Parts: sequence; structure tokens; C-alpha cells
Amino acid sequence: MATPMRVSEIIDQYFLEHRAKTLDLAAFLDRHDRAAKAEGLASAEASKDVRVRALLRALDLLRDGHPERARRILELWSDHSTAPIPAAPMKGAIGAVELP
Amino acid sequence: MYIDPHIHMVSRTTDDYQRMALAGCVAITEPAFWAGYDRSSAQGFVDYFRLLTDTEPRRAAQFGIRHHTWLCINPKESEDLGLAREVLAEIPKFLDRPNVLGIGEIGLNKNSRNELIVLEEHIALAKSRGLLILVHTPHLEDKLKGTRLIMDAIMAQGIDPGRVLIDHVEEHTVRLVLDRGFWAGMTLYPDTKCTPQRAADIFEMHGTDRLWINSAADWGVSDPLAVPKCREEMRRRGHLEAVIQRVSFDNPKKFLSQSGRFEVSCSCPTPR
Ligand SMILES: [Zn+2]
Repeated sequence: MATPMRVSEIIDQYFLEHRAKTLDLAAFLDRHDRAAKAEGLASAEASKDVRVRALLRALDLLRDGHPERARRILELWSDHSTAPIPAAPMKGAIGAVELP
Repeated sequence: MYIDPHIHMVSRTTDDYQRMALAGCVAITEPAFWAGYDRSSAQGFVDYFRLLTDTEPRRAAQFGIRHHTWLCINPKESEDLGLAREVLAEIPKFLDRPNVLGIGEIGLNKNSRNELIVLEEHIALAKSRGLLILVHTPHLEDKLKGTRLIMDAIMAQGIDPGRVLIDHVEEHTVRLVLDRGFWAGMTLYPDTKCTPQRAADIFEMHGTDRLWINSAADWGVSDPLAVPKCREEMRRRGHLEAVIQRVSFDNPKKFLSQSGRFEVSCSCPTPR
């Protein structure tokens, strides 16, 4: 089932929404770095936090020119182990795994 | 007219029922799940099952919405095997209530050994009673692994995948689920899971067979009108009315009707 929208319609309909989301992302990284500077910690680019590292790695996928970016980003952030863990350490999930 | 096949009305107000009815909702199904806190005893679950099989159907009926439910002890409270087995022993007492469609939402949360044991025991119960199964898949980074473990556990007991719906699929799990013959649900949830736009994209990429949408609205930040909002998104893109009706009414009706108990026409309201 193809999308019934033309490329120009997709851009007209969704550009402003995603322009705003791009600025949100930039502002989040700026906010992180301002706080990091004040605390004497590493900027986002050198962060040791698994979530920040995972987010920046995902940005590389956005511009690699290959299809199914959403699927590939979700796979990048997924736990790829296969055995059940011995016990649940908490109820929630953080959104990403440690990347090599 | 639409069906929201996964919503936790226990956490919602009566105003939400009214708004859903105004938006065209005619039937819902409410799986048993975590209430945002751990119950302290099996009796806490028994009271919850009474609410799901008695109170909520009455509250829904006031607005012409048919309420159905699924029973289980959810994976977030399955780490304590003793408690889980006490609750499992209570479930059969409620399975003959007229609005019970099957066992759910069972599955995994952190993909732990005890969660898997409790999942397997629920699957065995569903198999012994010939019931449909509604599956919760884990959140975020745990979803891919959990979805695979859950599908393996279900297939290992020889269950017909056409009688199982695997919920909360996203771009990285939808194909795995559909390719093994299961039904799949997309949850429209802010921040985690799918937006209406991404759900519409997934229909465009993977078709509409054995695929539905739901709000899974609960006690967290969520939206009981998410299904009509996704219908609107599809309409805005120019999808045919028949396609929109298929994903938000025909598909859930087809899957749920396998229970022999699913109804869309509401009986007279009997508020109490
Ligand atoms: Zn749920």
C-alpha cells in the first residue's frame, strides 16, 4: 500500500513540524553542553552516557542515504542478546543500550 | 465508527468514555495490566478482575460502548513467582464472565527468567481453555529481544499464531511478527511507541493485513482519542475510507470475533 501523497505534499505537510523537532534536538544538545561546562564534564560529543552516545550515533544513520532509517535506528538502540536475564533489575527501560 | 482494542479504562475518567463515544468509539477491549504500583496480594488482583468484568462494562454501557477484557498477571508483577502463581490460580474463576475474551496482556517486561516462566504458564492456561492471547511486548531497548522470546514461547506450545495478537510493534518488530503468522498491534503513545504518523507509515510499508491500531491509554501520559487521531492522519494523506475502516474497525473485529464473545452493538445501559 503506497503512500497516496506526492513528495511536494509530504514536504508541505510535515516540514515545519520536523524543522521544530530538529531545533529541539539542537537545543537539547546545547542545554546538555552548557550544564556539562558548568560541571566540568564532557560535552555531548564525548559523553559517556549510553543514551547521549546512542542519540548521536542515530544522527549518523539519518544521513547515510539508505532506506528504513526508523527501523535501523530502533535496531541500533536495541538489546541484541538472546538469553533471558537472571532477574529484572528494575521495571522501566532507558531507551538505548551501550554501543561499542 | 471505530474500535479501540487496547485501552486501560480503569485509569481513565467517565468524561473520557463520553469523549470516545462522541469520536465514534463503539467497542473497546481492556487487558489486565500494571496499575502503576505493585499490588500487595493476590486479593488485589481479584478486586481488579471484578472491576474489569463488572464495573467497567457498566460504565462503558452508559455511552453505548461495548467493554471487553483480558485477564492475567502482567509481566511487571511477575518477578515474584509465588504471587504470580496465586493470581494464576484465581483467573479461571473469572474466565466464564461474558466480557472476557482471553488471556492478556501477557508477555515480558525486562526479559527475565521468572517473567518467562509466568508467561509460559499463562500460555498453557490459554491453550487448555482454547482462549485468544493478547501480548504485551517490552519497552524501548528491550522490545526486540522480548518480542523474539515471546514468539518462541508461544510457538513452543503449539498455539495457532492466528489466535495471538502481539502488541506495541514498531518498525523493527512488525515484520518479524507478521511473517510468523501472528496479528500485530501498533500503540499510539506519545514519546514511546508509535505516533499516528509513524503508524500510517507502517501501514504504507507493510500493508493492512493482520494489523491494528490502539491507544493503550492508561495512567501515564497517553491519549484515549489516539485511534481517531490516526484515522484523521490517514484521511489527511488521502487514504481511502475503506482502508481506514479496515485498520480501525474490520481488523480488530475479525481478530476479536474468534473469541465467540466479541460484540460491537451495545446492550441497554445499566448504570449502578
Ligand atoms: Zn496495555
